[in-house]
Amino acid sequence: MAADGNMKPAKKLSLKENYAMLTRGLDWEPTYQKKEDIFRMIDFEGIKIHDWDKWEDPFRLTMDAYWKYQGEKERKLYAIIDAFQQGNGQFNVTDARYLQALKIFLTGIVELEYASHRGFCMLGREFPGAGPRIAAQMQSIDELRHCTTQIHAISHYSKYFEGMANFPEQFDRVWYLSIPKSFFEDACTSGPFEFIVAISFAFEYVLTNLAFMPWMSGAAFNGDMSTVSFGFSAQSDEARHMTLGIEVIKFLLEQDPANVALVQKWIDKWFWRGYRLLALLATMMDYVLPKRVMSWGEAWTIYYEENGGALFADLARYGIKPPKYADVTIKEKGRVSHEMWSVFYANRDAVNFSTWLPSEEEMAWFSEKYPDTFDKYYRPRFEHWRQLEKEGKPFTCKCLPQLCQVCQWPCLYTEPDDATEFLHRETEYKGETFHFCSDGCKDIFADEPEKYVHAWLPVNQIYQGNCFLPGVDPTAPDFNPLVEALKYMGLKPGVDGGLLKDSIDAQRWEQWTSRPANIHEGAYTDFVRKTTNG
Amino acid sequence: MTVEIRTTGVKPIRNAFTHLEKRFGDKNATRYQESAYDIQPLVNFHYKPLWEPDRDLYDVRRTAVVMKDWYALKDPRQYYYGAYTITRSKQQDALDRQLDFVEKRDLLRSLPLAARQQLVTALIALRHYEFGANMNNSHMAAYGFGTIFTQAAMMNCMDRLGMAQHLSRIGLLTDGNTGESLTEGKRQWMDEAAWQGVRRETERLFVTRDWFELHVAQNLVADGLVYPLFYQQFDAAFAAQNGSALSSLTDYLMRWYDETNRWVEAIVKTAATESAENATLISGWTTKWRDAWVAALQPIASQILGDKGTSALDAVTTAFNTRAGKLGLKL
Repeated sequence: MAADGNMKPAKKLSLKENYAMLTRGLDWEPTYQKKEDIFRMIDFEGIKIHDWDKWEDPFRLTMDAYWKYQGEKERKLYAIIDAFQQGNGQFNVTDARYLQALKIFLTGIVELEYASHRGFCMLGREFPGAGPRIAAQMQSIDELRHCTTQIHAISHYSKYFEGMANFPEQFDRVWYLSIPKSFFEDACTSGPFEFIVAISFAFEYVLTNLAFMPWMSGAAFNGDMSTVSFGFSAQSDEARHMTLGIEVIKFLLEQDPANVALVQKWIDKWFWRGYRLLALLATMMDYVLPKRVMSWGEAWTIYYEENGGALFADLARYGIKPPKYADVTIKEKGRVSHEMWSVFYANRDAVNFSTWLPSEEEMAWFSEKYPDTFDKYYRPRFEHWRQLEKEGKPFTCKCLPQLCQVCQWPCLYTEPDDATEFLHRETEYKGETFHFCSDGCKDIFADEPEKYVHAWLPVNQIYQGNCFLPGVDPTAPDFNPLVEALKYMGLKPGVDGGLLKDSIDAQRWEQWTSRPANIHEGAYTDFVRKTTNG
Repeated sequence: MTVEIRTTGVKPIRNAFTHLEKRFGDKNATRYQESAYDIQPLVNFHYKPLWEPDRDLYDVRRTAVVMKDWYALKDPRQYYYGAYTITRSKQQDALDRQLDFVEKRDLLRSLPLAARQQLVTALIALRHYEFGANMNNSHMAAYGFGTIFTQAAMMNCMDRLGMAQHLSRIGLLTDGNTGESLTEGKRQWMDEAAWQGVRRETERLFVTRDWFELHVAQNLVADGLVYPLFYQQFDAAFAAQNGSALSSLTDYLMRWYDETNRWVEAIVKTAATESAENATLISGWTTKWRDAWVAALQPIASQILGDKGTSALDAVTTAFNTRAGKLGLKL
């Protein structure tokens, strides 16, 4: 330090210098405890890191800047949510059909933000470098933000519509919600390096636009001011997270050539797992949104084939190849949403949202967007089902489907090269047979069978009589596992699921708004007819 | 006269989410309640964590404390992310004016050399203490049970990074942005005998796995001794010699500490009141860590406060014991 009387003006620091100074030498160099006792999780996966300092925190945000920046965004967001609530904005969305998308969102996606928050928090504790730790903590609290603000953006809808009120319990219990739940639990129960490749790179970087497009653009297209405001507010957070995703992958690949094979394995696994998770969004995008943004097929072409193609071309210099089975995703892009909407329609009494069949006009749209597949494979099916509805005996599935041991979708996808043939793979492990929806999922199981034998498969659990509320006697002669399972999942017959036209939400919607509950079908009730005729 | 606006007369079919209705009845929930209660998954976990195969992903067995309802551990500040960041940004605005005031007038740089050296010895090494507290709170947020506790721990984790950066700023105001004070603070932290007890105990916290014990050890005990010792006792002694320039910046730390204590104490008190077993357990932890931290702080207290060091630490310890007693702990 300068001696007295020798004081030059203080040096001005640039933002970058300021950040470097404030965090300079902050990190821990333990001497009283062994480093491996403090950071216990960093070795078991086999990733080799020689210099943690090469991984700088890409956000370079000091906390004062973070608080101010985020605080300002929160002020704006809550001003909009308040105005939305005060102005009964829930009635400004397109129709009651759009609300079915919000049910999937609140029960299936919000908890993923929460899981991501906890997962990144573990990394924020376990990474031995200050830069990576701080970056992970920043992302962790951002994800907490997303979970919180999504709940706040949607809670008002839950006051007027069914199917959203017990979202945390349903996330734990509803059979198809084990698809998103198992996805994130798979990541969080992995090691820290696999987690960050899975979530930051494979999900946030490669696939995030495919998740944002159906939800946030879908909200914008359908007049959902509350949800789309969340989307705008989260955009800059997401941009930071994507930056982390690409930086981390380059860091891992540059640290040691031996990392390449492991990273490739995780990219293959998590691309496939993420892709299967997105089938939920594909279905929503094509079938649920009353006003569509684009088709799933188009989205996959732009956001995976084109953008992802450029990304993997760029990573080729590290020895990274495009994900295994990427070709299958392209073969499936004209089929996924139609096949999975069929699954939901057939099992509509056991889900927390209502379903319907596409109208003539919608089917014409599908024919145009999916010229190679829709008329050939799916139009006849939907026309047949519509006929059955007209005859008053709509098609339903009488038993629950076989689930894939890895992604937990029903095994009702079709062969990559034959859309008329259901795809089914199985394998034997320790004397037991396990079932898969695809080669991708079968490979994932084969690599870590001990992990996946523990998967909590809802259908298997229901048939084993494990899904019932306290006080129910599974040995009683009239015990019906399916009926009890619905209660366990918090699904009320006649309120949740079923056909939209019969649903209480649709009736209330038309009563309250005098507008059709499904803009593609016209009025279901006299509430709309009266107004439009009179 | 009132002006009336008539709006659509549609009545909500429910006022709150089911899980909040079960807890608080069918009335409008606060944003805090919506953010904090019952969000963490509870059942039907899919895989055994590769990093801890004998536990579930979220597992009550990661602490010896037992609660009938983990959501009893509420935060009296009712912070959800928005309330938290908006509060902190306002506080930061006020602090920025203080920092600006001190910087423009070179109030810390123009202190006598001995005073600046004393300031660096006493405060700049604490950057590393704060960064340790950041990691410990990250542990609590990652492995704790129940959103209501873990989200508050997450905010505390980020707060501690903010406090480390604030202390760095005090250093830069002292050395004219050269960073010499930060280098010197780190050297003392690593090498000076007087700091080694504190560094040793902080490292011991890093290998303490029970997250509730860690909350007690870090947020109740260590902070409960460190903050009053440095930001009150040392600060007062320093101000008596050198004026209140430094106090205008340590005031922020003390205000933060007072605010955070409302949360820290509520957690400890609620858990200790739950059962005799919890009270015994938490009292034991508090005693163990208090004894370790008082011993660890003795040399640095003497170094920065001279012959008043011991009486200052005694005063801090006595105040701490009283505080612990009010929380239902028997030390």
